[in-house]
Amino acid sequence: MKQNLTIALSKGRILKDTLPLLEAANIIPAEDIFSSRKLIFDTNHENIKLVVIRATDVPTYVEHGGADMGVAGKDVLLEYGSKDLYEPLDLDIAKCRLMVAGMKDAGEVEGRMKVATKFVNITKEYFARRGRQVDIIKLYGAMELAPIMGLADRIVDIVDTGNTLRANGLVPMDDICYISSRLVVGKAALKMKHRQIQPIIEQLAAAVEARKDRSK
Amino acid sequence: MSLAERWLLPDGVKEVLPPQAQQVETARRRLLDLYDSWGYELVMTPLIEHLNSLLVGVGRDLELSTFKVTDQLTGRMMGIRADITQQVARIDANHLSYQGPVRLCYCSTVLHTLPANPLASRNPLQVGAELFGHSGVASDVEIISLMVETLNAMQVNQELSLDLGHVGIYSGLMGEAALNADQEAEYFELLQRKDLPEIGRFLAESDLDERMKRYLAVLPTLHGGREVLQQARECFAGVEQTIIEALDYLDALAEQISQRYPQLDLYFDLSELRGYNYHTGVVFAAYVPAFGQAVAKGGRYDEVGRDFGRARPATGFSADLKTLVGLAATPSKPARKVVRVPAVEDSAALEVVAKLRAQGERVVQLLDSAVVEDAQQFTHQLVQQDDTWVLKSL
Repeated sequence: MKQNLTIALSKGRILKDTLPLLEAANIIPAEDIFSSRKLIFDTNHENIKLVVIRATDVPTYVEHGGADMGVAGKDVLLEYGSKDLYEPLDLDIAKCRLMVAGMKDAGEVEGRMKVATKFVNITKEYFARRGRQVDIIKLYGAMELAPIMGLADRIVDIVDTGNTLRANGLVPMDDICYISSRLVVGKAALKMKHRQIQPIIEQLAAAVEARKDRSK
Repeated sequence: MSLAERWLLPDGVKEVLPPQAQQVETARRRLLDLYDSWGYELVMTPLIEHLNSLLVGVGRDLELSTFKVTDQLTGRMMGIRADITQQVARIDANHLSYQGPVRLCYCSTVLHTLPANPLASRNPLQVGAELFGHSGVASDVEIISLMVETLNAMQVNQELSLDLGHVGIYSGLMGEAALNADQEAEYFELLQRKDLPEIGRFLAESDLDERMKRYLAVLPTLHGGREVLQQARECFAGVEQTIIEALDYLDALAEQISQRYPQLDLYFDLSELRGYNYHTGVVFAAYVPAFGQAVAKGGRYDEVGRDFGRARPATGFSADLKTLVGLAATPSKPARKVVRVPAVEDSAALEVVAKLRAQGERVVQLLDSAVVEDAQQFTHQLVQQDDTWVLKSL
């Protein structure tokens, strides 16, 4: 008997890079995800469904068993910090870096530093590990504005090309970590459905390798 | 304080109302009767005890989950139990002087500062059984069987998966690898996430020899059906004997369990290290499709008694009874009469009432004929006909 399997995908940029990998693993949505307003999609397998949700909701769905596996950025996973998720595969897509940035001519900050970010947990841990006490300001977007307006001394954000930083007079200062999208699997899901999940992980791993070889 | 603040319960604190409370109580009796029929004696452990006796040997996870208060009599710190296993081990080590196997069971509320997972209750009703004084496959088979029987008795009529692991494999590898404490903590954390890409990076940067790098890279991939044990033997060829013994142990355990319960889906995960601080051998957990977490779990913890003065081999399991009741097939309402008795002071009527109650029927006498008893669902009423009281259905 084939058990039902739900895969949660992150909306947006990641989705565009995820679908070819799924296709290489022979999981193909039954209709065009980008032109549909639906949230749940059937696939060429009767027992596999895809759900397309906000990136930050992917670990929540997978942890609580609403989905069995999913695709999410390492930044989202680090911030979410779950103990009930497996991360067996680096999909090698949506690659970027998580960085500390500040105004180009900003000097050292004396005493407590103000840091604006949407990655509150990562930022707290990063500075704590360096023995630095900081005040964190949670923002939901346009981090670059915070130092310009004097709201914060530094920002912690995802940096891809660095163009947005430069356009606003900011420079990257410290590298926190490398980010790419990961395949996540729920602990309970893997324990109960390993016979279906394991082959998919292997096919996706092969697809990731093939993609790397092509781009060489 | 607003009205809403007065009736709101703290986050994660759950109460059980009718009719579920009765279902939980019925389940509690059924399970304790089951354990009794297997020879398990009931113990009632204290709600509160000295913090160090609750936490000795079990590590930081349990410390963070334990509510603490100061004992006003002595100034010492006390803890409200977050787990009963430790208390039962103390009882076996101190109060019972048997040399042979001792079987104990319990069912009481525990309290957690942090819920075990984001949706878990902070005041679960922990039910479980512990078997002391025997090291070997037979006692683990008995405890796992009792765990399966518990789920059967609760009529969790779903496909059951049994997750099996053995901490001896990881600890054997760590003994050989000789990582420092920070490195081991990092590897442990990555292993629990099966974070293969980061493990690859971690090993590439470490100064371990090639053989050990290969072992530590393959460990997180060793999960799946029973074929995993054979794979592990091939991957770990030439490794320390304790690891091979751990694999043999799992093999023997799986053989007996699958003979007793052929329907049970067995899953092996050699990097599953839940409770690594105090478990010393096999760890196991039961999963059902309708619940995203283990519904019951346990393992072997041979060293815990040492901290109470008497090291005894020990194995056991526990579950949250309220979770089990939530998963159980809804019990069909027992065919019981609910009888309405008019507000009369009549000795003949009271005699009939006493007899009905003794038969197990629910009998409610109206307090005042004008009062409406809307909390009861009456099926019958007692009416006077001529000189006798008779039961009429409504």
